[in-house]
Amino acid sequence: MAQASTDQASTDQIWAWLDEVPDPEIPVISVVDLGIVRGVEWEGDTLTIAVTPTYSGCPATSMIAMDIETALHAQGIARVAIKTQITPPWTSDWLSPKGRAKLESYDIAPPRAAGGPERCPRCQSTAVERISQFGSTPCKAQWRCTDCLEPFDYFKCI
Amino acid sequence: MGALFEFLLRQGDNTLVLGHRVSEWCGTAPALEEDIALANTALDLIGQTKMWLGLAGEIEGKGRSADDLAYHRDVWDFRNLLLLERPNGDFGHTLLRQFLFDAFQVPSLRALQASSHPRVAEIAAKALKEALYHLERSRETVVALGDGTAQSNQIMQRALAALWPYTGEMFIADAVDDAMEAEGIAPALSALRPEWEALVRTVLAEAMLTVPEGDFAHQGGKSGKQHTEHLGHMLAAMQFLPRAYPDARW
Repeated sequence: MAQASTDQASTDQIWAWLDEVPDPEIPVISVVDLGIVRGVEWEGDTLTIAVTPTYSGCPATSMIAMDIETALHAQGIARVAIKTQITPPWTSDWLSPKGRAKLESYDIAPPRAAGGPERCPRCQSTAVERISQFGSTPCKAQWRCTDCLEPFDYFKCI
Repeated sequence: MGALFEFLLRQGDNTLVLGHRVSEWCGTAPALEEDIALANTALDLIGQTKMWLGLAGEIEGKGRSADDLAYHRDVWDFRNLLLLERPNGDFGHTLLRQFLFDAFQVPSLRALQASSHPRVAEIAAKALKEALYHLERSRETVVALGDGTAQSNQIMQRALAALWPYTGEMFIADAVDDAMEAEGIAPALSALRPEWEALVRTVLAEAMLTVPEGDFAHQGGKSGKQHTEHLGHMLAAMQFLPRAYPDARW
């Protein structure tokens, strides 16, 4: 491939573009915020993006790959290869600080090592209790605020 | 290579068969939250299946994909534990089975992270996180139901009597297990038993349940020699679509 490297977008630029690709289940955060983009690399004229699944059965995985490809095609990158990488396994520690803040503003309590939300994302009360360890997507659990009585999603800590 | 393929089928068939069984609860669980929890557990297990059977197909080298292995084998080619193919029974029965398996899967996957086969180690590391989460829930639910009302305790005791003779198969090693241990791919099954016993007995005591006496173990699932009649019925439902419509694609 004789393509001049100066024509190729820098990996920094590509990370910035990927940071605008929303997670299909939680559109307020990007796939970069979620910590699932593990590598961006040019191999000749092919751009290889390494993506790791959050949960091994997450149905959004294939849609995320498609969204990433579509976004990069829109930036004029013709050849995109998505590589699934399972090592090291994804952890909720990889959520970006920006992603955590956005989750909370979207009424999803961000993950905490203590195993539960710090506070209700709506009224900020710390009086919260678990409803279920699982929720509407593989990455969330259901909690409830005992002050404002609203149920809310908690992003599971794994 | 033959033994590694067999070993991978055992891993993948365990998660596939249990995953399918658990998914049968979708829409019929006793409470919405439990319904969602069961569906999510099933999803994790089926995701793990994709990794195990995908690798099995690669090792076999005949071009079979995870889907081919899941949908185009018959009963005698399945290598799952008999425990996992039994019908769900009631909710408590399902969660007790889940607990007995999770308590095995956690130490097993933890040990497999140190496998001499890097791909096996990778899959184990990914699956372990999910298995730990499942164990947390199945353990709590078993205690809540066992130490609940007189009626719920009775139901759980009955489930334990039915399931207990199916737990021994997890620890009975055969030539495949011995080969995996010799190659450093998998731990000795006997090495996993003490942790399983300790956890299971602690939790069952907490749940006010009495462990049945005797060590009789039904076997024939992981070797494929003799499955229960239930597996064929399960496969009939699970495999119907890709067999009737071989060209169907998502």
